[in-house]
Order: sequence, then structure tokens, then C-alpha cells
Amino acid sequence: MKSKRDLAGFLLSMPGVLWLTVFFLIPYLIIILYSFLTSGIYGGVELPFTFEAYTRMLGNVGYWQILWKTVWISMISTVICLGIGLPTAYFIATSKKSNVFLTLVIVPFWTNFLVRIFGWMVILGRNGVINSFLQLLGLAEPLALMYTPGAVILVIVYMYLPYMILPLYSAIEKFDFRLVEAAMDLGATRTEAILKVLLPSIKGGIIAGIILVFIPALGSYAIPDLVGGTNGAMLGNLIARQLTVARNWPSSSAISMIFLLISTLGLLFYMRINKVQSKRRLTIRESYMREEEI
Amino acid sequence: MKEHSVVLSNVTKIFDDSFTAVDNVSLNIEQGEFFSLLGPSGCGKTTILRMIAGFEDPSSGNITLGGKNIIGTPPNEREVNTVFQNYALFPHLNVFENIAFSLRLRREPENEIKRKVKEMIDLTRLSGHVEKMPSQLSGGQKQRVAIARALVGRPTVLLLDEPLAALDAKLRQHMLVELDTIHDEVGITFIYVTHDQSEAMSISDHVAVMNEGEVIQLGTPFEVYESPVNAFVANFIGETNFFTGKVDRVENEYFLLDTERFGKIWFYKDMDVREGQEIQISLRPEKVKITKDKPIVPEGVKLNVLKGVVDETIYLGSQTKYTVAVGQSYIKAFKQHVRYLLDEVIISWKDNVYVWWFADDSYVLREMGGVAFEE
Repeated sequence: MKSKRDLAGFLLSMPGVLWLTVFFLIPYLIIILYSFLTSGIYGGVELPFTFEAYTRMLGNVGYWQILWKTVWISMISTVICLGIGLPTAYFIATSKKSNVFLTLVIVPFWTNFLVRIFGWMVILGRNGVINSFLQLLGLAEPLALMYTPGAVILVIVYMYLPYMILPLYSAIEKFDFRLVEAAMDLGATRTEAILKVLLPSIKGGIIAGIILVFIPALGSYAIPDLVGGTNGAMLGNLIARQLTVARNWPSSSAISMIFLLISTLGLLFYMRINKVQSKRRLTIRESYMREEEI
Repeated sequence: MKEHSVVLSNVTKIFDDSFTAVDNVSLNIEQGEFFSLLGPSGCGKTTILRMIAGFEDPSSGNITLGGKNIIGTPPNEREVNTVFQNYALFPHLNVFENIAFSLRLRREPENEIKRKVKEMIDLTRLSGHVEKMPSQLSGGQKQRVAIARALVGRPTVLLLDEPLAALDAKLRQHMLVELDTIHDEVGITFIYVTHDQSEAMSISDHVAVMNEGEVIQLGTPFEVYESPVNAFVANFIGETNFFTGKVDRVENEYFLLDTERFGKIWFYKDMDVREGQEIQISLRPEKVKITKDKPIVPEGVKLNVLKGVVDETIYLGSQTKYTVAVGQSYIKAFKQHVRYLLDEVIISWKDNVYVWWFADDSYVLREMGGVAFEE
């Protein structure tokens, strides 16, 4: 009986396992392999095995700078998303028209990702909407809004804000606001009640939002490519440049590995917290068995 | 005279300019008493509690706490704590931290916090559960944590919003006794909101019976049970038999009522009545006797005897609730089984019986036309 169910589970999981093996695991293994090979003269890879790609990258200050910039742009974007997303999600969750506002949060997804980036180029560009307006007001020099890390952060925040709002919304929506009343009844001000009761209760939503924004932000390619220029280039652009312009496949593979390492660390952090939570859930189930004792 | 703890003067609460939840309520709640607000759901009792706690402001009227006007004072500055209906324990804090919550907000020294929480844990018999999370507790334990958490900061008034509603009947009885013990020990004012009349009756010093935003009657449990002011109270607090009719004639301490359904019946004249006056009377079923034999009426005793057929019996072990059809109408009679099996003649369904009671055992309702509460 049990083995039959195991077999069914195995068969049912096969399509997913196959898909992930063919399109995820194997490509990654290839990338790992490439990162330890020598670069071919016209691109591609050839033997022998070498650590050159890694040593070259780790010894290059420019790489370190871009790596660092990638991490802090992603972190700042995530923090801004959290700063905007938290009050927004709170507002939506407590609003009577939460469905309308939720739809508004999702509406931007109806437009193509690239088109929206171009939209921002129109706004931020040298002859863009903002500068034209400032010129009208009599400002002499147009502001350099485009091709800055600031522009990259702005567009990342714009693109990934919904991914912050949605998990926060679902966490706050489930939150029992009587707990805030209980806290205030026990002497907490509204701010104290939010800090000591609301935020700890929606911790899961906050962490999910951070992961959902930080990881894609880390892997940004199109945004820094279009609005970042040389100043705003991130790891993704570096990988692309190594692959296409420099034609150094091992090098781009090695950078990909570094990127994978950073995002994995982020996910491990998430899973660790999740584990703590599921452990708690387990004890809940145990406690049901002890329900009869008063 | 005892000092007043909470005083409500002409308090009215209107929601959204249209729904009057509380209508001109005035209450004097004494220091240290166990006071209950009792009424069906939607009668405004919880709104009164929330106004005392500070979650709602009255539309008009005044509330004082220990003589101080507290209108406009935010909940965190009122010396009032609440035990919420569904406990509202903080799910991310364990039992100790839940109880210590208000002390931590006041930044009390760690050893003080430990001492006070320990005291509450002993009072509510929670030792052994200190490290548990709320999700690991049973209903009764959660209830105790909620009480401990509300009491640890030494409020002058403890508000309890249907605290036992989520517990099963047996546990509810148990917690009632415990609440009573805790009240005796801490000695502060308890204001208890419930729709369960037996809860309110069993532990309260005073009960305010409410309906549709108004206090219908205020009194001791004994008073509201034995001398209900109108049909609503009589019916909401326990079960009763109603008699309505015109006074036929008055004779010394008694009067004869020409009832619509049972003919002429003698009642005790516990208030001034005139001949021809329209009157409503409540007669508690446990005061009605039920026998197969016709009772012998002693000389000079006003006894009402009606003949009927048992229409329904509900056996409850300690007593049996009979509904007896008298003509087209019904009389409820509760019979307490005071002897073991050799009680008396067993009365069962469809038996011909006599229901009878002393004219002294009824009560004239002071207000006519109070709508009987339909369950």
C-alpha cells in the first residue's frame, strides 16, 4: 500500500523533476564546468582545467567594485521597496476597497517589462519629461538623471515594488488587528503596538518580500543596461559583456557562480527562518494531543 | 456608602450617525464589585465595555474612572485592562512575555518583572506553561494567560468581554469559579460582559440587563430573577410563565386577575393595583407544583389549581421540566427530584395532572408590554 503511494508520488513528480533537470540542473552543471575551463580564442571553451577565470576575477578591482555596487544597489532598492511597501500594504489590507487597490498594484504587469523601462527613459532622459519641464522653468543645464546608479535604483524599485507589496499585503490581511487593541489596552502607544505586535506578526511576509525583491534585483540585467550606462552597470551586465564583447565564456561563467553564491546565501537565510516557523507548527500539532489537560 | 469606581452618566453611542448602539445609559459601578452587563447580542454591552476601555468615545455623556473624567484619554493611559473575547494573546511571544508585556512597556526593572509575572502565574495556576507559545495552550490556559496579562499591571478595573464564550460548558463552570477566586484575591472592580444569564447570575454582585442599547434593569442577581421589571427581563433571565389580564377584584393582600388564557386566578398584591387595571405577571416554573392528585387546599391559603395534560417532559436528572397544556394554553412546571427513586408517582407524557401554586409565589411586572425575548 505504502510503496504504491510512493510510486504514484514518484510518477507525479517526474515531469517537474525532468524539467528542472534538463533546463536547470544540467545548464548549471555546464556553467560550473565552463568556469573551470580555458577561454577559446574565438569564444567558447577549451581544455585544460584551470582556476584562471576565478583568480583573474577575484584579483581584479573593477570586478569587486561592480560586485559591491550590485549588492548595495539591490540592498538599497530592497530597503526602499520595504519602506514604501509596508505602509502601502497596510493601507490596502485595512481599506474597504482592498480589491481595487490590489488590482492597481498588478496593473503595471499588463505592460511589457522592456516597454516600461523605455517609459522611464522617456521620463528621465536628457530631453525627457522631467528635464523639459525644468527647462521650461528656466533651468540652464539639463540634469543628468539617466545613466546613474540612482536611475537604476529608481527603476528597480518601480519594477519590483509589487513583489514587496503582495506578500506584505497577505501577511497584514491575515493579521488580527484586535492584537493592536490588546497592546494599546496594556499601555502601548499606537507606534509601540505596531512595532511590538504588528511587525513581529508579519515577519514572514516581510522576509518573503525582501527575498522576492532582493534576488531579482541582484540579477538585474535589462534595467542597468538601459538606464544605468557604464556608471550603473551591475553583475548581470558584466556577465553579458564577458560573454558577448570579451568572448570570455569561463569568465562569465565564474561571475555567474559568484552570483549564484550570493543569491543562495539569501535563500538559505530565508529557509532558516522558515524552518524555525515550521518547527513551531509541529509543536502546535503536538499540543493538540495535550488539549485535554486544562 | 462604597466608593464609585466607574460611573457612566447619560452615555449614548451612535455609530455612523444612524445606529444607536448605546442609548442614554447611566451606571454606578462600585469599587471592588463584580458587575455584569448582560443582554442578547447586539444590545450594546460590548460597546459600553469598549467605551470604558477607550476604544470608542461616547457620542454624548460622561464616563469617570475613580472620579476622574476619562473621555478623550487614550486606552494606553487608562488604568483599565481588558480580557478580550478571543484572548488576543500575542502569538509571537511566549506565556511569560505575554504576561510581562505591559511591564516591559513601562520599562520596569527585570527583577520586578520576574517577581510580578511569577505572582500572576501563581494566581492563575500557570506554572509549568511559562515557556509555551500561545498556540501550544488549551482554551482554558489561554484564558488564564489573558487574565494574568490584564492583571499584572494592577489596573483599577478589569474588563472582561465574554471571556468564557469559547470554552465548553464544563470548563466554563470551572473558570467561573476561578474568576470568582481571582476577583476575591485581587479585590479590584470587575466588569463582565456576557449574554449567558447563568454566568452573570452566578458570580455577579450586580447585573445590568440590557436590550437594544438600554439598561432595562439593574440589580442583584436575586432581584433581577425574582423581581424582573418587565417581560423581557423575566424571560431573558431564566424561564417563566406569563399571565396577562384585568384586575377583577382586590381582597386584602391578594387580587383576582381575569386572565385571557386561564380564567380567574389569585395573585399576591406586591404592588398597588386598582380594579380594572391591566396587569402582567411572571410566575417562575420551579414554583409551580405538578401532581396527579388534586391538592387539598388548607383553610385561608390562596392556592391556584389548574387541570391539564402533560404536553412535554424534559428530564435533566436533577429535575424534570414539564409543559402542561391547560385548555389552549401552556404552563411550565419544573419538578426537582429530591428523593432517590421513591420520589412520588411518576408523571409522564399525556398524563392528566394538576398544576398548582401559592398565590404568593408570583410577581407583578412593573412595566407592561416589555417584549418577551425570543431565543
